[in-house]
Amino acid sequence: MSEPLYTLKCGKAGCFYPEYERKADLKDQTHYCPGCGHGITHKLMAEAIDELGIQDRVILVSPVGCSVFLYYYFDVGNVQVAHGRASAVATALKRARPEAIVISYQGDGDLAAIGSAEILHSANRGENITVLFVNNGIYGMTGGQMAPTTPVGAKTTTTPRGRNVWNDGYPLHISEVLSSLEGPSFIERVALGNPKQILQAKKAIRKALEAQIKGLGFSLVEVLSPCPTIWKMDPVEAQRYVREEMTRIYPLGAKRDRLAEAAPRPLPEAPPPLEEIPRLLKIDTRPSPPSARHLEGLEDRIKIAGFGGQGVLLLGQLIAEAGMDDGLEVSWLPSYGPEMRSGTSNCHVRLASKPVDSPLVTRPNILLAMNEPSLRKFLPDVADGGLVLYNGQHVPEDCHRPGVRVLAMPFAEMADSIGSAKAGNIVMLGALMALHPVLPDEKIDGALKRLVKTERWLELDRAAFACGKNAALELESCHA
Amino acid sequence: MAKQLVKGNEALMKGAILAGCRAFYGYPITPANEIAEAAAAYLPPVGGVFLQAESEVAAINMVFGAASAGVRAMTASSGPGISLMGEGISYLAGAELPCVIADITRGGPGLGNIAPEQSDYFQVVKGGGHGSYRTLVLAPASAQEMCDLTFDAFELAAHYRNPVIVMADGFIGQMMEPVEFPREAKLPPPPEWAVLGDARTRPNLITSIYLEPDALEAHIRKLDAKYQRMQRESVRCENYMTEDAELVFVGYGIVSRVLKSAVNRLRNEGIRAGLVRPVTLFPFPTEQIRAAARTAQTFFVVEMSTGQMVEDVRLALAGMRPVEFYGRCGGNSPSAEEIVEKAMEVMAHV
Ligand SMILES: Cc1ncc(C[n+]2csc(CCOP(=O)(O)OP(=O)(O)O)c2C)c(N)n1
Ligand code: SF4
Repeated sequence: MSEPLYTLKCGKAGCFYPEYERKADLKDQTHYCPGCGHGITHKLMAEAIDELGIQDRVILVSPVGCSVFLYYYFDVGNVQVAHGRASAVATALKRARPEAIVISYQGDGDLAAIGSAEILHSANRGENITVLFVNNGIYGMTGGQMAPTTPVGAKTTTTPRGRNVWNDGYPLHISEVLSSLEGPSFIERVALGNPKQILQAKKAIRKALEAQIKGLGFSLVEVLSPCPTIWKMDPVEAQRYVREEMTRIYPLGAKRDRLAEAAPRPLPEAPPPLEEIPRLLKIDTRPSPPSARHLEGLEDRIKIAGFGGQGVLLLGQLIAEAGMDDGLEVSWLPSYGPEMRSGTSNCHVRLASKPVDSPLVTRPNILLAMNEPSLRKFLPDVADGGLVLYNGQHVPEDCHRPGVRVLAMPFAEMADSIGSAKAGNIVMLGALMALHPVLPDEKIDGALKRLVKTERWLELDRAAFACGKNAALELESCHA
Repeated sequence: MAKQLVKGNEALMKGAILAGCRAFYGYPITPANEIAEAAAAYLPPVGGVFLQAESEVAAINMVFGAASAGVRAMTASSGPGISLMGEGISYLAGAELPCVIADITRGGPGLGNIAPEQSDYFQVVKGGGHGSYRTLVLAPASAQEMCDLTFDAFELAAHYRNPVIVMADGFIGQMMEPVEFPREAKLPPPPEWAVLGDARTRPNLITSIYLEPDALEAHIRKLDAKYQRMQRESVRCENYMTEDAELVFVGYGIVSRVLKSAVNRLRNEGIRAGLVRPVTLFPFPTEQIRAAARTAQTFFVVEMSTGQMVEDVRLALAGMRPVEFYGRCGGNSPSAEEIVEKAMEVMAHV
């Protein structure tokens, strides 16, 4: 085989620019070395695009590597991206424009090393994109360092004594690895070692594009490709190396071909009319209720704590919701992260007549403790004059504090007696509203209606609220 | 419209969709997760794309892809994830692609913790990636602003063809507050320069590579002119009681709210305090801070870090006035009492 096979001249395929204007000098030649496999791969790809009549639809993703200037040559929509990320970018291009034909063109450093996660996951998701993977066993652009695909024993600038498996591992068989996944519809390894192989390469590229056109999902063609310059061979010798050596390490052939049986990926549904968006976002488009009364000087800092499952967060949210409805300034802040997993839960609620500064409650004037550990943990923080409600029969001996009113009631048991211990949080809310009546009952009821999902629970919670409120009022009248 | 009690993170995502966001690519991280979860819930029904990426590196490059195709796209993360996105953000800025990145900050360095901090100011405001680029940075201080500023972020991103970062601390992301959402949703057509995979946009090219030094210099100068335009046109800042203030606090995000209550308390003590709250961190309200020096003898910067924005305040004042600093970190936040005490100490010495 002689050199011209690898020389890419302009105007040969319709989807090449007639002149490579993005390159200032040499308007009819590529920037590739003589005999470089990138050139011939470009040509095969261009011919396939022409034959399939998809030039207008193609979006070509240029990688970082010797083929970074892919977009100099192809008269298609072009996007140049970061090293290794072409298949991630291609994923989003295709998701954005399902009608486009998206081609990700990548070298072996780009795809098999730095971009290995992106290619694995694009393939696994079965993204409906086509990847042209040029495997030349070396980093061309950066001057000949080892690639994950470099043959064992091969000398490169970073394997001066030859690739050593104990230090560098083994050549990575991308086509085989990706073929172990469910997502891909078509994967074939081809070579540019002789005209017959090149013909087969062309067929494979066409098939891969057809898979995308039919919407069958991820397709990839791995092209064993000569890099005469770095391999320090002449083009003919490099071609022989591809044909005889590379194909021994990387067996040719289709690794996955579901073109006949695969079903097209579902297309996204048509978007709803714009007017529908607020409703779909569950945005309340009713006019705002007339502004409610303003409690002067209210500045409640409420801390609610207990075990997970005791409804601590919901209790806080109810107070905040009701406060908001009542025209107060409110905030609700949950504890988040690892604390949640340890089985404890707490939240901070602010109710104020003036804008809330920080949602964090460090010195609560109200502590709602659903269990003893919470009481012990947060009691010392309660501000003088504060109120503490504790879910228990008695206040533990050592949990009294001068200047702080600590009140024990078996909220969960009381809830249990009317239907479910889970409503203990609402019994507690009832008691709080008896002892610290800052929110009107109808606002609490409105919040319950919004936040409680089922009719049955709503009834139970209403009963629980009344139960807590009455019990606390009774207690107050005894005291009085 | 009626107010709704929603988490800051959820308000942010709804604001994004109302602004026309139709693609979200992200990777889970606390305390930003509710943004991705809201995107997963609400984007597909409105014809948008939600995809949980394999990493933040993939996520930001997917945003690059969606933006190239003219879709209003976003991602959300926190410190460690934003670190991984550095390269991608630089590419987005270099290729002049609009997008919105939400950074719900947590404690660092390393794995740090998930509690709120403001220690990623340098990373986000000065640019965590390589090259001469800037991102516009908005710093909301409430759930309402999570919605409103994110809505604006998409407009600014499109206007400047530049990534915009919405940076809020974990408190603002996690807390619920009443929010009044915009009444109408918008969905602008794809911009002229986008690559859509059709005949009309076939000549379009998205790239950040300029091989010739002269070409790259011209490109960088063009970008720089844009950043200077941002500085002239898009600074936002809130002044609170600065007209006669002898002591001017500077703080952003949740800290600015605590500072307001410190201002009120100090005024009750007879100290004329005020607050300048930067809403845009880049462009920084340099002029507004200098203007406050007309009355202020002392500036007092408070951050949830060991001091990062304070450098920009000092640069703005260029030695005109002393700049004191107080910071809490590790997930601790300064209380109004603490700040008042520190401020009284400072004022006792002037
Ligand atoms: C993040 C990053 N790391 C490293 C590089 C430098 N770099 C440019 S191309 C390349 C390797 C290209 O090799 P390959 O993908 O095999 O393509 P080829 O040049 O052989 O066609 C590297 C490491 C970069 N551009 N970006
Ligand atoms: S270095 Fe190798 S891959 Fe790069 S252009 Fe030359 S021959 Fe092609």
